[in-house]
Amino acid sequence: MTQDIPGTTMFDGDQAQKGLALNRMCFSFNSAENRAAFLRDEEAYCTKYGLTDEQRAAVKSRNVLRMIETGGNVYYLAKLAGIFGLNVQDIGAQQTNTTVDEFKAKLVAAGR
Amino acid sequence: MAKIIGGVATTHVPSIGKAIADKKQKDPYWNPFFKGFDFVHYWLAREKPDVAVVFYNDHGLNFFLDKLPTFAVGAANEYRNEDEGWGIPVSSSIQGDPALSWHLINALVADEFDITMCQDMLVDHSVTIPMGLMWPGEKWQGIKIVPVSINTVQHPLPSLARCLKLGRSVGRAIESYEQDLRVMIVGTGGLSHQLDGKRAGFINKEFDKLCMDKIVNEPDFLTRYSVHDFVEEAGAQGVEFLNWMAMRGALTGQVKELHRNYHIPISNTAAATVVLENRPSAERKAA
Repeated sequence: MTQDIPGTTMFDGDQAQKGLALNRMCFSFNSAENRAAFLRDEEAYCTKYGLTDEQRAAVKSRNVLRMIETGGNVYYLAKLAGIFGLNVQDIGAQQTNTTVDEFKAKLVAAGR
Repeated sequence: MAKIIGGVATTHVPSIGKAIADKKQKDPYWNPFFKGFDFVHYWLAREKPDVAVVFYNDHGLNFFLDKLPTFAVGAANEYRNEDEGWGIPVSSSIQGDPALSWHLINALVADEFDITMCQDMLVDHSVTIPMGLMWPGEKWQGIKIVPVSINTVQHPLPSLARCLKLGRSVGRAIESYEQDLRVMIVGTGGLSHQLDGKRAGFINKEFDKLCMDKIVNEPDFLTRYSVHDFVEEAGAQGVEFLNWMAMRGALTGQVKELHRNYHIPISNTAAATVVLENRPSAERKAA
C-alpha cells in the first residue's frame, strides 16, 4: 500500500465513480449555452445532472475542497470556477486558506 | 525516408493563451517565459519541420472521464479547437497528416500498443498553446500535426517507462516512413505544479531540474519513479511530464540539449521550455 500524499487526493477509480455526475455537469460547461443555463437556475441544472446532496451542497457553497471530496476533478471544476470568473490561483488560495496575493507570493517564493 | 530532427517540450498553462490574446508577452510577469521562445523560433526557421507529432493530455474537451483512452492517436485531416469553458480564445484549426497517422497507428498496434484511433479529434489548449508559442499569430499553416493523447488525468496512469517505450515505438515508426518528411516531436505540459487540494501551489524546483537534466541523455533514470512518486515530487498535475517522456522516447538518435528556459511561476506552474536536437546515431548511419 502506498503512502498517502498529504493534501492530495489521487483522482483514481474510487474518485472517478463518486464524481461522475459532478464532473459530467462541469464537462457540459464547455458550452456557453450551458453555462448560461446554470447561471439562470443552478438548482435545476444540478438536478438535471443528478448530483448527490453532498455535491449540490459543495457546489452551492463554492467550496472546492468539498467538491474534490465528493469526487470532483480539478480540470473539470476549473470549468465551473470559470463561470464565476475564478482562475486556478483563486481556487488555489481558497483551498489553502490564504488570500490570492499570499498564494501568488508563495508561488514566486518557490522560484527563489 | 522521414527524419526526426528533434523535440520541443513546453508548458501549456491555459493562461498563456489569455496572455497571447492580450499581447502581454513583454509584461514583466510574462516576458521571462515568452523570451524562452526566441531560440525556438530560430530553430524552427532553421530546421523547417514538415510535421509535428504532439504528445499531450486532454483536459476535458475531446474526451470525458466516461470513456478515457490511455493512449489515443489522431488520424484526422484537421484538428479543431473549441470552447473549453475557462475563457481562453478558441484557436484556428491545425492541419493533420492522416497518412502518417495511420502509419503510426499500424506500427504502434503491431508493436503491441493498443491505442485508440481517432478520425475526429478536438485538440485543447494542451496542443494549441504550444503551437501558438512556436508559431505566433497562428502561423502554423506550413506544418501538419499528429496529436497523441496520453491520459494524465484519471488514475491509473501509464508509467514513465511505458510512455518512454511508446515514444520509442513512435520514433521507430517515423524512421520507417517512406516519405521524405522532416519530423519534430513535441511534449507538452508540466513541470511541477498542483492545482487541487490543500497542497495546491506545490512546486519543486530541484526535482524539475533533475528531470530536465536526466531527460536529455538518461531518460531511463527517470523510470525509477512510479506515478505515485512523481505526484509526490512534482505535484498532482506535474505528471504531465509523461508527455515529455514520450517525446524523448521518439528521439531515437544522439540527443543534445540546444536550449532550456525555466521560470517560476506562470500561473500555478513551474514553466519550462526545452529544445532537444536529434542526430542519427553512428550505428544507424553505418547500417
